[in-house]
Amino acid sequence: MKGAFLPVLTVVIAIIGLWYLAAIPMNIKETLTEAERAGATISGGTAVERRDAGNIALTLRNLDLAAGGWALERPRLPAPHQVAVELYDSTIDEELFSRRGIVQSGEFSNRSLVYHGGVTLAATLLGFLIGTGLGILLAIGIVHNRTMDMSVMPWAIVSQAVPIIAIAPMIIVVLYSVGLQGILPKAVISAYLSFFPVVVGMVKGLRSPDMIQRDLLRTYNATDAQTLRKLRLPASIPYLFASLKIGISASLVGAIVGELPTGAVAGLGARMLAGSYYGQTVQIWSALFTAALLAAALVWAIGLIERRTLRAMGSPA
Amino acid sequence: MTASPALPDRSWIVTPLVSVLAVLAVASLLALAGGSLAAVWNGRFLLILALWLALWVLNGWLASRADSTPGRLLVALVFGAALIGLWELTVRLYDVPPVILPPPSAIWATFIRNIPLLWGDFVQTILKGGMAGFAIGCTAAFLVAILADRFDFLRRGLLPVGSFMAALPIVGTAPILVMWYGFGWQSKAAVVVAMVFFPMLVNTVAGLRDTTAMQRDLMQTYGAGYWQTLVKLRLPAAMPFIFNGLKIATTLAFIGAIVAEFFGSPTVGLGFRISTSVGALALDMVWSAILVSALAGSAFYGIVALIERRATFWHPSQRG
Repeated sequence: MKGAFLPVLTVVIAIIGLWYLAAIPMNIKETLTEAERAGATISGGTAVERRDAGNIALTLRNLDLAAGGWALERPRLPAPHQVAVELYDSTIDEELFSRRGIVQSGEFSNRSLVYHGGVTLAATLLGFLIGTGLGILLAIGIVHNRTMDMSVMPWAIVSQAVPIIAIAPMIIVVLYSVGLQGILPKAVISAYLSFFPVVVGMVKGLRSPDMIQRDLLRTYNATDAQTLRKLRLPASIPYLFASLKIGISASLVGAIVGELPTGAVAGLGARMLAGSYYGQTVQIWSALFTAALLAAALVWAIGLIERRTLRAMGSPA
Repeated sequence: MTASPALPDRSWIVTPLVSVLAVLAVASLLALAGGSLAAVWNGRFLLILALWLALWVLNGWLASRADSTPGRLLVALVFGAALIGLWELTVRLYDVPPVILPPPSAIWATFIRNIPLLWGDFVQTILKGGMAGFAIGCTAAFLVAILADRFDFLRRGLLPVGSFMAALPIVGTAPILVMWYGFGWQSKAAVVVAMVFFPMLVNTVAGLRDTTAMQRDLMQTYGAGYWQTLVKLRLPAAMPFIFNGLKIATTLAFIGAIVAEFFGSPTVGLGFRISTSVGALALDMVWSAILVSALAGSAFYGIVALIERRATFWHPSQRG
């Protein structure tokens, strides 16, 4: 991806520009209401008439006041810098200098996005480890046992077309009613979501060695276990990492969705839900960006491990 | 598996026997550590285990001689039926309360009893929210992909951003979009558009580049212009990638439509049904709604796969 910097920068700047532009008409009604309270003259009629008017028409008639849409307390679409400020406030500022921060209380805040992100991350990683481990085991079983292959594999493929996430609320509630709560129910959902991509990818990977390579090991009189360790597992590594990248983002989605139904108090999903209950749009956006950063970091980390591993295995990549 | 072709393969009987004995041994050890063997060596546990063993042996026997497609299908169906049977048996034998796990028979009865209600949910979530969003999102992504493919600068900018976005938990935009577009199906469609756009974009752009220099040269010697090359060579060549994107999008569409309803919906819809029934501990209803979404999901995926088979019959992956 050499020479991609300038194009990517252009696209990102264009997105931010569009975002600022869109924030004006999206927020125009609230802006005008606030400006009216502050005593400005508004063209476009009374508050009641404005309610039914088009956003863009209102914006064009009040261009002088439009910039107010970037500074509202509770905008419909917060401007990028508002989200950035909220991100800073609820991470670094909250952790260091707030009443609960490290400077004043001596410990890290339990209200910052770092804390909420950590709660979600813990469930994501635990679920991801469980799901990946079980997925790899099942894939090994499927490759070595014809019965398991023919019984389980079609269902594993079908299950990818099913919106599995629909089960999430029920898993949370049922596990809660049998006494399990906290990180584990969310991890179960994460595990479930990352499980099937890993199974399907690993089966493909473990089967990727050619006939000629398996024949060679046969002539060496290698056992099934030796073939697995020396041929199938090394050959499956690229496939494994491809599924791990899908699995880790699925795990994160699972952990976030797992926080929705019980009204959990901690975690990024809980922040989004609370934000949506109380109309705190900036809070939702900052939670969303934290989730996005988390996902990007996780995928990047797996990509890093992938490159290291493949290089150590002698791949040209 | 290592048995030479001359000897009959007995793994279909050996593997299940060994594994069931192993389960019994481990369970007995655990029970001994707990003080009493009665928890394991009683009728209920042994019955479930025996049924599991019998079905495994049956399936192993079927699998060892099934080579045709119907045979493979039968093995998978027997396995599915075995799981449901064991679920039913376990729930009944151990008197599991229906608020934890209802038996399949009860779920089926609820499903049948509530077909009109669930049909309404299906129409609301799948047909209105899911399908509208799927159509808008995929069409938009397709058009942007063609645009990005035309202008190399745009492609080099959009592709990394698109791949990055495709890995993000876009479903998190649901609370924002529900706030913007209200509780109706429009907000669900908007979530679906946001979810399917980037995977579709990335796949289509990748597909449009999947022609060899030789093929493009040939088009040039024919004197074909940009549009002719696009329609006659590059779009057909992109079809496998486009369908891959569409298949990913089908799953994402339903996930988006259902999860968006957790953030607010009218009193109809699969996500609404699931979240309210969970609150009322009516788990048979929850499972019925899950059954509907599973059926809808696999049916829609199947339709896309069928169209793919027709449209890309020339591709190696379709020529079994």
